[in-house]
Amino acid sequence: MLCTGAAVAAVGAWIGWAGWANLMAQQTAPPPPPGNAKAGQTLFLKIGCYQCHGNEGQGGAAGPRIGRSPMLAFRNFDTYVRAPRGEMPPYTTKVLADKDLADIYAYLGSLPPPPAVDSIPLLKVGP
Amino acid sequence: MSQKKKPTRRSFLTSGMMAGAAAIVSPVAAAAQEPSSSSADVEVLTTDSCGSDYMVDVIKSLGFEYVCANPGSSFRGMQESIINYGGNRNPEFITNCHEESSVAMAHGYFKAEGKPMAVLAHGTVGLQHASMAIYNAWCDRVPVYIMLGNYVDAAVRRPAEWYHGVQDCAGMVRDYTKWDDQPASLIHFGESAVRAYKIAMTPPMAPVVLVLDATLQESPQDSKTKLPIPRLTMPALPQGEMGAVTELAKLLVAAENPVLVADRLARTPAAMPLLIELAETLQAGVIDQGGRMNYPSLHPLNQTQRAAAAVGEADVVVGLEVADFWATVNSLRDQLHRSTRKVTKPGAKLATITTGDLYIRSNYQDFRRMADVDLAIAADGEATLPALIETVKRLISGDRKRAFQERGMKLAEASRSARERMRQAATYGWDASPLSTARVAAELWAQIKNEDWSLVSNYYSEAGVWPRRLWDFNKGYQWLGHAGGGGIGYGAPSSVGAALANKKHGRFSVSLQTDGDLMYAPGVLWTAAHHRIPLLSVMLNNRGYHQEIMHVQRMCNQRNRGVDRGTMGSTLTDPNIDFAKVAQGMGLHGEGPITDPKDLGPALRRAAAAVKRGEPALVDVVTQAR
Repeated sequence: MLCTGAAVAAVGAWIGWAGWANLMAQQTAPPPPPGNAKAGQTLFLKIGCYQCHGNEGQGGAAGPRIGRSPMLAFRNFDTYVRAPRGEMPPYTTKVLADKDLADIYAYLGSLPPPPAVDSIPLLKVGP
Repeated sequence: MSQKKKPTRRSFLTSGMMAGAAAIVSPVAAAAQEPSSSSADVEVLTTDSCGSDYMVDVIKSLGFEYVCANPGSSFRGMQESIINYGGNRNPEFITNCHEESSVAMAHGYFKAEGKPMAVLAHGTVGLQHASMAIYNAWCDRVPVYIMLGNYVDAAVRRPAEWYHGVQDCAGMVRDYTKWDDQPASLIHFGESAVRAYKIAMTPPMAPVVLVLDATLQESPQDSKTKLPIPRLTMPALPQGEMGAVTELAKLLVAAENPVLVADRLARTPAAMPLLIELAETLQAGVIDQGGRMNYPSLHPLNQTQRAAAAVGEADVVVGLEVADFWATVNSLRDQLHRSTRKVTKPGAKLATITTGDLYIRSNYQDFRRMADVDLAIAADGEATLPALIETVKRLISGDRKRAFQERGMKLAEASRSARERMRQAATYGWDASPLSTARVAAELWAQIKNEDWSLVSNYYSEAGVWPRRLWDFNKGYQWLGHAGGGGIGYGAPSSVGAALANKKHGRFSVSLQTDGDLMYAPGVLWTAAHHRIPLLSVMLNNRGYHQEIMHVQRMCNQRNRGVDRGTMGSTLTDPNIDFAKVAQGMGLHGEGPITDPKDLGPALRRAAAAVKRGEPALVDVVTQAR
């Protein structure tokens, strides 16, 4: 088995971040459709979102943070998921219904904020 | 030992052949024809000097500390000479359970110690096991000194030795080794053994293969003249041509925003201070791609955590022993139709210094895509740095110095901001179960930061990234890079090899060990326990080959026929593997599986205490995918 190199992964991740950052800059704030957060959490793990974004949408080497950082407007979220401009695989309506996407969005919106960084002694930088 | 009549090589071979033929024709008749033990002309069955003794003399002269091997009959003569004639010291025989582990241990050992380790293996079945690890070392430009047993002379082979005999032993790995030879005499062996060492250690460094004919190993060595051991004289290393170095220095001094990108630059501990001196002289940003430990992680000019932005802003990008410079200045988008684009700004000048321009092979494509550069210096990066620094200093005017200081302050702020973003990022999913890999890195740092630590292995994963985001790396042995060829199964044995090198220095070795990697050849845990190699292995157990899960997921999405089964075929569940029990069964201190973040700190403390007693220990942590 072979895995892709760190440099390729890093560049790929950057493209994802850059595409996502552009969307963040362009977003307006239409109201999101109603969604079921619990069903969304199940879907988030079932269809592979966690693979790049982490179980709590916290982000990773292959995908940006997408939970509460702040939340992307649903319209831009939907646009990106259906036809990503970066590295993310596309999720069409054939494999992910609009309602399911709304559930995933609701799950991401339901995530609690993280603890303040200064409240975590282990995250002190350096020796 | 009493000696009657030493056979010549010819009589030895003849008697061997006759005995073999007699055995095939008629065992009873052969027994009847055996000479009486009381005969005055009794067959000589022992010797006190043999070919492999001389081989050990030569190997000792090259300074090997260890030889790793899974035992094999085609080098039984050499093994006996190492343990008896050589006293099992320099080299000491290290027992492996797989030849891939032997080579990967040598790979990790080199990166911690800066010296090659020797490996012994069967020329056929052993080399076939070892080949993937050799490929990793080749791609990583790491010297491994491989000795293969072979039965060249068909007339003396026992039945099983036909499977262990081969015309061209090294042929199957010749595409990814730098040099090989099959000496036909001991004099020939001596010269080739020294030559092999010299070739392996001359940049670009790479594995070499020496084939040890079993007859040459085992035949009595009846020469009355002591065989000579050739002197090893290492060549002066190739430095960049001064005209080209001056041109590069001019580019750097005139640049508004130069960036230095280092990958396999640090061949020795001397490289890091040199790169710091060059960067500080120019107040230029540095990106450490991590093939070696090139630059302190917390240095204000370190721009690694904002590498893409730093390359995008640069008007001069200099690659220092960068394995894939094309991918440094371009990107490839992995969608249904792959596309590429430059990531540098228009007009940016690109330059490289690399031994990659001095040596290349055709078949395996590890040389990467052709990079379009303005200046290519075919030379060793580390050896060229002193001349580059000196030339840069000579060219700097007062005006440039003031501009540099201003630039340096901006870079320091950008670096500080990037690190702060990383700290913030680590808080997300902090209390999650399975554990976030950021949490694992932070918990581990708390246990080792006051030790003389060495991160001996980690993988191409988020976990490999988090230590570099959160920890203070400032010594050459604290980060040992990657597998090279991307062959899974490198992590566990390379970490044991590096920990073996660290042992005599009293360093605290720690590895971030992935589950899929360990399952290739877990027997190396036993090697660590057997040879008392202290090592803290922290399992990042995501219960799958996650990189592959992501690849299959991408195919599911591209083909639009279901996106919920991408994990099939790539997970390591049902049953879940209990790595603590696996470790305990091999004689290690084992902890886990850890699923609650609160349990991790205490488990790490207990395991660290075992490591400080000189034992290997393993903590199995069930983590998120990355």
